[in-house]
Amino acid sequence: MGERQVEMMSGAAMVVRALKDIGVKHVFGYPGGAVLDIYDALYAQEEVQHILVRHEQAAAHMADGYARATGQTGTVLVTSGPGATNTITGIATAYMDSIPMVVLSGQVPSMHIGEDAFQETDMVGCSRPIVKHSFLVKRAIDIPDAIAKAYYIANTGRPGPVVVDLPKDVVNVQESHPYHFPEKVQMRSYNPTIKGHMGQIKKALKTLLEARRPIMYVGGGAIACDASSLVTELAEKLHLPVTNTLMGLGAFPGTHDQCLGMLGMHGTLQANKSMHNADCILALGARFDDRVTNNVQKFCPHATIIHVDIDPASISKTVNAHIPVVGSIKTVLTQFFEQMHEIDENERKEQLADWWEQIHAWRNRQCLNYQRSDELIKPQQVIESLYKHTGGDAYVSSDVGQHQMFAALYYPFAKPRRWINSGGLGTMGFGLPAAMGAQFAHPESVVACVTGDGSIQMNIQELSTCLQYGLPIKVISLNNRALGMVRQWQDMIYKGRHSHSYMESLPDFVKLAEAYGHIGIKVEKPEELDEAMARCFAAKDRLVFMDIAVDQNEHVYPMQIKYGAMDDMRLSKTERT
Amino acid sequence: MRRIISVLMENEPGALSRIIGLFSQRGYNLDSLCVAPIDDSSLSRLTITTAGDDKVIEQITKQVNKLIDVLKISDITDGSHIERELMLIKVATRSETVRAEVKRTVDIYRGQVVDVTPKTYTIELTGTSDKLDSFVQTMGLTAEIVELSRTGVCGLARGEKSMRP
Repeated sequence: MGERQVEMMSGAAMVVRALKDIGVKHVFGYPGGAVLDIYDALYAQEEVQHILVRHEQAAAHMADGYARATGQTGTVLVTSGPGATNTITGIATAYMDSIPMVVLSGQVPSMHIGEDAFQETDMVGCSRPIVKHSFLVKRAIDIPDAIAKAYYIANTGRPGPVVVDLPKDVVNVQESHPYHFPEKVQMRSYNPTIKGHMGQIKKALKTLLEARRPIMYVGGGAIACDASSLVTELAEKLHLPVTNTLMGLGAFPGTHDQCLGMLGMHGTLQANKSMHNADCILALGARFDDRVTNNVQKFCPHATIIHVDIDPASISKTVNAHIPVVGSIKTVLTQFFEQMHEIDENERKEQLADWWEQIHAWRNRQCLNYQRSDELIKPQQVIESLYKHTGGDAYVSSDVGQHQMFAALYYPFAKPRRWINSGGLGTMGFGLPAAMGAQFAHPESVVACVTGDGSIQMNIQELSTCLQYGLPIKVISLNNRALGMVRQWQDMIYKGRHSHSYMESLPDFVKLAEAYGHIGIKVEKPEELDEAMARCFAAKDRLVFMDIAVDQNEHVYPMQIKYGAMDDMRLSKTERT
Repeated sequence: MRRIISVLMENEPGALSRIIGLFSQRGYNLDSLCVAPIDDSSLSRLTITTAGDDKVIEQITKQVNKLIDVLKISDITDGSHIERELMLIKVATRSETVRAEVKRTVDIYRGQVVDVTPKTYTIELTGTSDKLDSFVQTMGLTAEIVELSRTGVCGLARGEKSMRP
């Protein structure tokens, strides 16, 4: 008979074997007591590469950056107690941005759970509000099934992080159990809706085609399901203006004529104006976040809102959708095209001529212009130089703050998955490890981390990991000797009272980079910038830390005015809309 | 507005904590919660009473439904339905007159005295939450309430409608 022989192995071996069966290539982790058995199982094999980090939070951000840059689920392996709790910020970051991630955490032996054992923490409980789902595995034979389900849940429907908690006795190397890897994962309680409702799609299409002032508002959901080419096709076919959210940058090319740039709190004038005046908004995988809408009471008063999202709970959560469509953006757009009749290009152009004329007028105000200086380097200028030296084609991660907004506004991403930032949670310390994850995924590509003197210090220890694995990341640090965004708000709202927003005794970042075995370059004058940037990217095999002294008093503009409508904005320190 | 929401979910350890956690995490009201396995013991049925406007209830329904362990959810207050709550209430009955008065009230409300000591009666009463509230109020006028325990609401839709996996 053709019955397959059942393989017998320990729980620890099952964990590693299940990762192989899923196709996991990289695991970001840190060993400790509860996972020593799993680490032992990792030792004698080469298919799954383990990357030893310096702090578990960074492991989670690396797995996250890896997932954002590829669409594949990132994997984290940590020990119980502090190892597990250190990943919490990383898990929350992935949760807020719907990033597929599996965190395998060690746990004290089952019989000691609840006894406050050494390095015990209730990881399933701690992580509950910030995971898509979690498992506490109680028997070794359940390991393959739990891990298969974890990856399935993490990267289907609306993606998100999943925790698998593994008690030490369950992965015990001394015992053997039969290994069964499920060929197909099926769960009666979990069946995400992928296909849109045909009636809703027809209604949406009719509204969209009749609109005189339509706009597409594209978020991270379009990137999550790799729908960028369909988004672009639809926009071109219907001659629609497009705005990307912070998470959606690159979903529609930032270099495209029809792209209005980012919208929201620091969105462009043309994007926010077009949204506010639109008669129809086609929202694709965006969630009407408070950093986009400003005051929801005043949000886009003339628009019929078509909201396509895979997560029904995202629809009508903050802003009521007139035409909700639940489904994957990719599938729903394919359905759109099936329903669409021949579109006459000239007719479309004529129908939207007035609208485009208006948009061009807003665009002509060139809201991203800034005052240049001979003495001080402007942060915007650094991003422009970065764009130039990378040909606009790098993977760019960022931390959180002013530098993040400058990068989002001044580096037009032409492709999806190139822009890697913590949009929802706003996690400082995300940038460097996320860049590392992207570099592991794309060893031949240029990866830059745009950061600041505040953020970089939140995970700077990973410079050591970069040396160990020879990651040639380019760290572009906009050093303004202050927590720039905090300082900006204090300037604007707190009459310039800079409470704890400046950094005394900053380290010498050049020496620090050198101490970690890398190249450090300090740039202080505008005329040095271009040459220094060229040197940075010429060092192809080395990590280069660019410590760039930028104007401390620069603010990020445009900026929405609190409690106002989308298009109530400050355009500079002195101008308002 | 008060709503009764029925949930069918996997009878797994930790599943209930996800529901409760969700309510506190998102700031929803949780007035009562009644939960037990059903005929298929791999599943549990929960009945949640909550309050909120239509928008909030829509979010509650969607967010609960999003939990991986949840199979089905239904707002049974949307249609005609049956709801019941069980209460056990212990009252002090120190004199003959009080005992008689308590017994009479229990009869009027169609309850039962299920335990008796020289100084107390323990009464079982089933009905809508409203009825139980009214009983507690009335009883308070007659006798001293020693303690009480209520199950929270459980409910089903009327007619042939059902919530099966």
